Amino acid sequence: MTKSNLTRRGMLKTGAVAGAGLAMPTIFTGASWAGSHTGFTNAPQGSTVTLGFNVPQSGPYADEGADELRAYELAVEHLNGGGDGGMIPTFSSKTLDGTGILGKKVEYVTGDTQTKSDAARASARSMIEKDGAIMITGGSSSGVAVAVQALCQEAGVIFMAGLTHSNDTTGKDRKANGFRHFFNSYMSGAALAPILADAYGTDRKAYHLTADYNWGYTTEQAVRESTEAMGWETVNTVLTPLTQTDFSSYIAPVLQSGADVLVLNHYGGNMVNSLTNAVQFGLREATANGKQFEIVVPLYSRLMARGAGENVKGIFGSTNWHWSLQDEGSQAFTRSFGTKYGFPPSQAAHTCYVQTLLYADAVNRAGSFNPCAVVEALEDFEFDGLGNGKTLYRGADHQCFKDVLVVKGKENPDGPYDLLEIVEVTPVEQVTYAPDHPNFGGAEASLGSCNPGA
Amino acid sequence: MDAIILQILNGLDKGSAYALIALGLTLIFGTLGVVNFAHGALFMIGAFCAVTLQKILSLSHQVVDESRKDFLGNPLKVDVPYIYEWFGETTGQAIIDWSVPLAILFSIPIMVLVGFAMERGLIKHFYKRPHADQILVTFGLAIVLQEIIKYFYGANPIPTPAPDAFTGSFDFGVLLGFDPFTIIYPYWRLIYFAFAMIVIAGVFAFLQFTTFGMVVRAGMADRETVGLLGINIDRRFTIMFAIAACVAGLAGVMYTPINSPNYHMGMDFLVLSFVVVVVGGMGSLPGAVLAGFLLGVLESFASMAAVIDIIPGINQIIIYLVAIVILLTRPRGLMGRRGVMEE
Repeated sequence: MTKSNLTRRGMLKTGAVAGAGLAMPTIFTGASWAGSHTGFTNAPQGSTVTLGFNVPQSGPYADEGADELRAYELAVEHLNGGGDGGMIPTFSSKTLDGTGILGKKVEYVTGDTQTKSDAARASARSMIEKDGAIMITGGSSSGVAVAVQALCQEAGVIFMAGLTHSNDTTGKDRKANGFRHFFNSYMSGAALAPILADAYGTDRKAYHLTADYNWGYTTEQAVRESTEAMGWETVNTVLTPLTQTDFSSYIAPVLQSGADVLVLNHYGGNMVNSLTNAVQFGLREATANGKQFEIVVPLYSRLMARGAGENVKGIFGSTNWHWSLQDEGSQAFTRSFGTKYGFPPSQAAHTCYVQTLLYADAVNRAGSFNPCAVVEALEDFEFDGLGNGKTLYRGADHQCFKDVLVVKGKENPDGPYDLLEIVEVTPVEQVTYAPDHPNFGGAEASLGSCNPGA
Repeated sequence: MDAIILQILNGLDKGSAYALIALGLTLIFGTLGVVNFAHGALFMIGAFCAVTLQKILSLSHQVVDESRKDFLGNPLKVDVPYIYEWFGETTGQAIIDWSVPLAILFSIPIMVLVGFAMERGLIKHFYKRPHADQILVTFGLAIVLQEIIKYFYGANPIPTPAPDAFTGSFDFGVLLGFDPFTIIYPYWRLIYFAFAMIVIAGVFAFLQFTTFGMVVRAGMADRETVGLLGINIDRRFTIMFAIAACVAGLAGVMYTPINSPNYHMGMDFLVLSFVVVVVGGMGSLPGAVLAGFLLGVLESFASMAAVIDIIPGINQIIIYLVAIVILLTRPRGLMGRRGVMEE
């Protein structure tokens, strides 16, 4: 008889306690936004100014976070007059001259969001309170962006969002101190639908698999509404758990549902796995309703596309930016980033780099680090030369409006970074919506007023 | 009907993975009395054996191709695997293509070594300690192994495709008289199921028909008496640990074409595998296998759109719901016997 204290129930109990411990959020206690008091939080005192780069350095999006951090380091180098200046010479606003921001040398601190809202808030809070960061930027998830944006609003610092695609970031959860350069679910749907109708016809039946969280819902809604407006029918929408790794049991019934298009509202590891599974199950060779079966991935990322390997070939999706763009700004950035790191930048790197430059320029134009002055300088600011053509930072919701790229997995890639090809650059007019659009919180959604903090 | 057949098939390959991991867990429970939370990490290391072999086989040197340009406009540097030069491009490509099946051979010695090192180096010292200590130390070890893998291979999944001969899928529907494309099933998942059956049969045969297996089974039932008979049971248990590690590792190797491996894949399976062990009956090897397949199939059924429409969210809780029902009605699990792992 083996001696043992272990019982089944005991084991389950221990497991449950261990699980609860792992899932326990960092608990925040009372706020004390003590900065240097000159009318706003963390007013720079000496000859330097500190920016806080809050990116996933661990967890599932660590590689994306690493690319964001590379972009931030490059931006700081360029702001301080190092390197080839990247997009500073191509930027339509000319206040950046390599002497930092308002003459102060730019320094930075980094935090690890772990792609968890509580961890991201804790690291942002620490950078604001301990390191005196005047602005927080970065991230690779909408959950994190919304959480950190609310914290920055409360703390009285500016938040320049990184990669966040959910409508809510500049929709129902918009904040006066927060700004998003990245595009959103609605724009993806609006840009994709006409291309899909062109390529696959207007008589299609779509089946949606959707990641069961905020970003998934807004993306499904956007693609569903815009494709239905083109004449498509939505056969079914199924929510999949965020922790799912094998999607076979969700994918297998698709062909029996009468659908002839599968839309994968998944990102990151979810996307890699669901797409791989769909291809394994022969969906790309299948015919349904007398048509070739097709798969669509609304939000593409090159870093994720690599994980899916061969399976992305020929599949449509949208992206905020791609290094193969031929405009002056994109080329300057790709050259600068590629020379320093040896490979082209991702869309996450691009949006983070641009956000840093936009912030620095806004401070210069405002002549002050005061968040309220910066907000004023960024609102309804029109610019060009940063890789997306003419862009407007709309004052009503702090969302950037610019052209959207519809891309396709490349059939014959030249090397490991050449995975996507641009199918169309959808003009900004086609993806613009009213600030009180029902998908963005409707008439109730409000920025509130800017908070300078201390 | 076709939908039901499809979900049973689906459950079988998922069940195969659960059964293989749970089998190893039960072996370690039964022989060493250790709750091994690092078992999922062994599955993950197995998968990365396949990744590593693929990387080794595709080791390349760069050749400048003047006719093509890279993203900076410089002449494109093309990676040419050394293996192309040694065996010619066709044979070289075929060898790389077969890296996952080849990784079975590659992984066995590695997994035995990892299992041996883990047992002798760490777990041995925790035999006499409370189970809470064992769980903490093995869970900690799992995180360490995970971070090591992440450090070397990054956080993103790495595509590790099956050989071209096994890509694509088999149309069961046509075979059974349904319309084409109603019941299709990827070849590799069929292979995974067959492979799991062979490994499970192998482990059972080993325990049932060899003297070594007999001693181990005797030791599982009564360690002290076997020791008193002058048999070095500890050494045999170490070997069993290595075998269990090997089973988990092989399950991982063969799983790579199903889902691109990443550093976290072990954790994804670990908790479910523990539920499988408890449902199957602690210490019962057939119970672990039965429960693995049962939960795999149930999970598949629960994720059918028709089922979710009736009970929203059932796909996320089905396994735990079944575990609760079984533990309430059969407190020792499906095949657990009185007195095993109980005070």
